Amino acid sequence: MSDTAKIEVKSLRKSFGSNEVLKSISLDVAKGGVVALIGPSGSGKSTLLRCINLLVVPDGGSVRVGDTRFEFGTGARLPDVRALARFRTTTGMVFQHFNLFPHMTTLQNVMEGPVTVRRMPKADAERLARAQLAKVGLAEKADQYPATLSGGQKQRVAIARALAMEPDVMLFDEATSALDPELVGEVLNVIQQLAAEGMTMVIVTHEIAFAREVADRIVFMRDGVVVEEGPARQVIDSPREAATQAFLSHFHRTGALPPAPVTS
Amino acid sequence: MYQWDFGILWSYRWLFLNGLGVTVGFTVVIVVCGLVFGLFGAFGSLSRFKAVRLAALAFIEAFRCTPILVQLIWFYYALPILAGVEMTPITASALALSLYGGSFYSEIIRGGIVSIDKGQSEAGAALGMTPGQSMRRIVLPQAIKRMIPALMNQSIIQFKNTSLVSVLAVPDLVYQSQVAAHDSYRPLETYTAVAVAYAAILIPLTILVRRGEKRMAISE
Repeated sequence: MSDTAKIEVKSLRKSFGSNEVLKSISLDVAKGGVVALIGPSGSGKSTLLRCINLLVVPDGGSVRVGDTRFEFGTGARLPDVRALARFRTTTGMVFQHFNLFPHMTTLQNVMEGPVTVRRMPKADAERLARAQLAKVGLAEKADQYPATLSGGQKQRVAIARALAMEPDVMLFDEATSALDPELVGEVLNVIQQLAAEGMTMVIVTHEIAFAREVADRIVFMRDGVVVEEGPARQVIDSPREAATQAFLSHFHRTGALPPAPVTS
Repeated sequence: MYQWDFGILWSYRWLFLNGLGVTVGFTVVIVVCGLVFGLFGAFGSLSRFKAVRLAALAFIEAFRCTPILVQLIWFYYALPILAGVEMTPITASALALSLYGGSFYSEIIRGGIVSIDKGQSEAGAALGMTPGQSMRRIVLPQAIKRMIPALMNQSIIQFKNTSLVSVLAVPDLVYQSQVAAHDSYRPLETYTAVAVAYAAILIPLTILVRRGEKRMAISE
């Protein structure tokens, strides 16, 4: 499995001061695979996700996405800013608080990566950006500023912005945690659609029912270690570890996605 | 009872106009140079390297925490003695005022940059931008909007600070009006006219900036 994995994380360690957040974590994601990271707050799942695109630089271990591999720890040289930037063009990321650029319209937000990073001609970038906005159901919001959109719409624009870089993998960092409950469904639908298209994804989420439906593997983390890992339904429906059972007892584990037509 | 007589100022009109020209020209120079120093100070104080941060901090506090009048005198009279650097009064005062203004601009620019949510530069980085690209494309355009009122305010202060260069005999509006006041024995009329001239330039400028701010607020 390790040879064909799209994302390969090996013995990753990270501390913030004296607080050891990741204690030798390993994780593989197959090409086209969807892995959901679940666990209580402070378990290190967001840090792990941010280590995959090196927004957080690990203290030790290695990270590989596609053909690019980085080693960390004593003796390993930290990658320079250009190598980091090039690497991140292949990994799309969606944040809990959207982080849209408020001084740009929706269309400009989505065009920004292709124009500034990929040096794409404006006309081509606009065509690409409009296609991505249409894909998330927001074609008619192209000329509006983010401040005028709902939370769910903002997050769909953020997904379109990441997709416009045509990344190999997508990382979702609690993409629905800041949304009103009635807006969660429209974002989950977009993520589910991406999964169906075969996008390789790592999803940090508290939506257990969603993780069960969309992910093929689930990783349960607590206190910086992987407690349990396995096929999604097996981990959710019949967890082996006591910690996993305790955590999951707080959630409704099954049920359909909240209904949400992906229109506006 | 004092008899006001503003009519007498008319005969000094060319002197005043001349001084006004020097004051405005001087302000343009020290605002532009001050902003350049301010950019260096701001980015220096945000540098990854501790030595650069310390140097920027030393510059900012040295000029921010000492009186501008002392700096002017120091640049003109003390530098030739200490460092053998001779400057004309105009160069010495332009340099002192630019550095003084630059120390305040530094703090305004730095404050504007750090006020932008960290998520913004992270989103830029996640798209594959270098730190420079995300600074130029994402952070600065938002930060500049927030800086403008404070930068404008500091520039108004700079405009008025130019009145201090008269101590080095730079022929600005205040220096020329001193000449006129001594000549006419009418200091009250003369300095009142000077105040009116300063206000007549600044008030339209502040109105213009306020309008600009409103227009930019729409895209927030």
